Amino acid sequence: MDAVAHAPAVEHGPSLRQRLAARGFDAVTLLVVPAAIFTLLLFVYPFAFGFVLSFEPKGGGDWLANYRRFFSDPFLYETIANTLRLAIPVTLVNLLLAVPIAFRVRLMRRQRLLTTILVLPITLGTVLVAEGLLNYLGPQGWFNRTLLTFGLISQPLKLVHNYWGVFASLVITGFPFTFLLTLSYVTGIDPALEQAAATLGASAWQRFRHVYLPLLMPGFAITFCLSFVQAFSVFPSAVLLGEPAGVTRVISIAAATAAFEEYDYSMASAIAMIMGFVQLAIVVVVLASRGLFYRGPASGAKG
Amino acid sequence: MTIALSQFDEVRLDRVSRDFGALNALRDVSLTIRRGEFIALLGPSGCGKSTTLNCIAGLLPVTGGAIWLDKNRVDTLRPEERGFGMVFQNYALFPHLNVRQNIGFGLKMRGRPKAEIDRKVDEALSLVRLQGQENKLPGQLSGGQQQRVAIARAIVIEPPLVLMDEPLSNLDAKLRLEMRAEIRRIHNELGATTIYVTHDQDEALSLADRIVVLRDGVVRQVGAPRELYEAPAHFDVADFMGFRNKLKGQVVAIEGDRTILDVEGARISGVARERVSVGSTAYAAIRSDDLEVGEAGPNAIAATVDTIEYRGREFVGTAHSAGGLDFVFRSHVSVEPGSRIHLRTEDERILVFAEPVQGRH
Repeated sequence: MDAVAHAPAVEHGPSLRQRLAARGFDAVTLLVVPAAIFTLLLFVYPFAFGFVLSFEPKGGGDWLANYRRFFSDPFLYETIANTLRLAIPVTLVNLLLAVPIAFRVRLMRRQRLLTTILVLPITLGTVLVAEGLLNYLGPQGWFNRTLLTFGLISQPLKLVHNYWGVFASLVITGFPFTFLLTLSYVTGIDPALEQAAATLGASAWQRFRHVYLPLLMPGFAITFCLSFVQAFSVFPSAVLLGEPAGVTRVISIAAATAAFEEYDYSMASAIAMIMGFVQLAIVVVVLASRGLFYRGPASGAKG
Repeated sequence: MTIALSQFDEVRLDRVSRDFGALNALRDVSLTIRRGEFIALLGPSGCGKSTTLNCIAGLLPVTGGAIWLDKNRVDTLRPEERGFGMVFQNYALFPHLNVRQNIGFGLKMRGRPKAEIDRKVDEALSLVRLQGQENKLPGQLSGGQQQRVAIARAIVIEPPLVLMDEPLSNLDAKLRLEMRAEIRRIHNELGATTIYVTHDQDEALSLADRIVVLRDGVVRQVGAPRELYEAPAHFDVADFMGFRNKLKGQVVAIEGDRTILDVEGARISGVARERVSVGSTAYAAIRSDDLEVGEAGPNAIAATVDTIEYRGREFVGTAHSAGGLDFVFRSHVSVEPGSRIHLRTEDERILVFAEPVQGRH
């Protein structure tokens, strides 16, 4: 009882600093300031500027003129389909390649070496990969010459300056990224779950189908979105390896043409906005489908 | 009760070895488990007890020897072909499946009809007393409930053998005692042949019909709990069975069944569990429960009290001798730290062991 009697009377409530800290604002919060400024200057401002600019057509007319032009000119609106025809299959192929490899690599002890090898294409950059492919897959390239030498083909295969050239380049540059993300999701699942399923009589396929797949679906959705967005904004390989006036005239080429050949920044901004909207729409659909799956922690242990 | 466990006579481990590179995690482990037995694999961490269990389950291939279920060799089968039920240390419940789906998983993988799955899952739920929780996800259950789901999931597939890997180590002390009784009750109701891995000798003593003590990948002793508790065959088994006082001395005489040691000038006489000869170095092992504060005289050694702890019915203290031996003892009265006392016990409470060979056994 003495202790209570001698305790000083409470004169002040908690200080401002304590009250802010209780709401999650403390000195550590300041650490996000540089990133916030960076984002504001390099993303939010240009985005807002472009958004406004897209409604101020260069050639006059009403505020929707750019958008009306885009959707009435097949040469422009077909770029959306061209881009999706590349980006969606490429993303799916990358994911389908990454999953089995990730499942094998997760069991390996020398994971780091293999991961390094697989990640190498990321460091090369798209232009270097494109030039490499031009040489390797071109009519006089090693690939065609090898096939010709062995008599497997009589005419060189046309593998570049068309859809497949861009496709191959996007798979090469996109795969490491897809693979690393997939690997991190796959290794995030407690291996005891698979062991438990095995002792309960599940075959390898059943373990994948009933344990891994449901737990990995949300991660696959995220991986799909991030890989898709990368593939959708394809530009250098579509120009260098593709048929930039034909089947690989992707939306970013349309935007670049508007900006740097027609000097119509307003139209270019409108195309960029449309590009962003299409990406967003696909991402929203994919992420919303995650709601169909379990999304809690992927470990059996008590948290 | 229609959860009927597969019938067989015995599981036999025949010189099972498991190497990890140059490390022999298990060396020539031979063991026969009869139907209905509850076997505890006991030992300190790294002794190979979990490795043994994983080899039996098929999660780790053996590198030598064989495992037999009656006349069928099982160590060459994949885990899903063995059909042993396993309870994992972290339970390994499927986080995306509810309690009912978790328990029914094994039956579903075997393609059993839905009506049969439902009926057996209901029985398993009532056996582990989880009725009413069947639609919850594992994340919504307490540790004890998750443990019950893990047990139900392992036994509902009616395995010949149930393997448990330190199933209680993630629970708090009170729940651990509660689930220990539950495991015993379920074992009594089903008669499931069980291999239970633990590092806790209390768990092993209270649950098991037979205890297998492992150390450094080698079986040190196999016996009924009482046998191991009262007559450990080796020094390290004794150490694990609560003989916390280890008094190093010289054998000065062997008189009938008594071996007499000179420990820092005091005469300690006990029962030899290993062959010792006069003049050799040996250890007298005494359980802390048996070492009490007493008078100077035979089997008494002078010591200085270091600490004293109140344990409810009695006190537990630590002390050291002039020669640097450490003791753990019990006392009905509190003694002051720093005071000089004599610690003593009866002859039959002292076991004498030869000096252990250094390195691996």
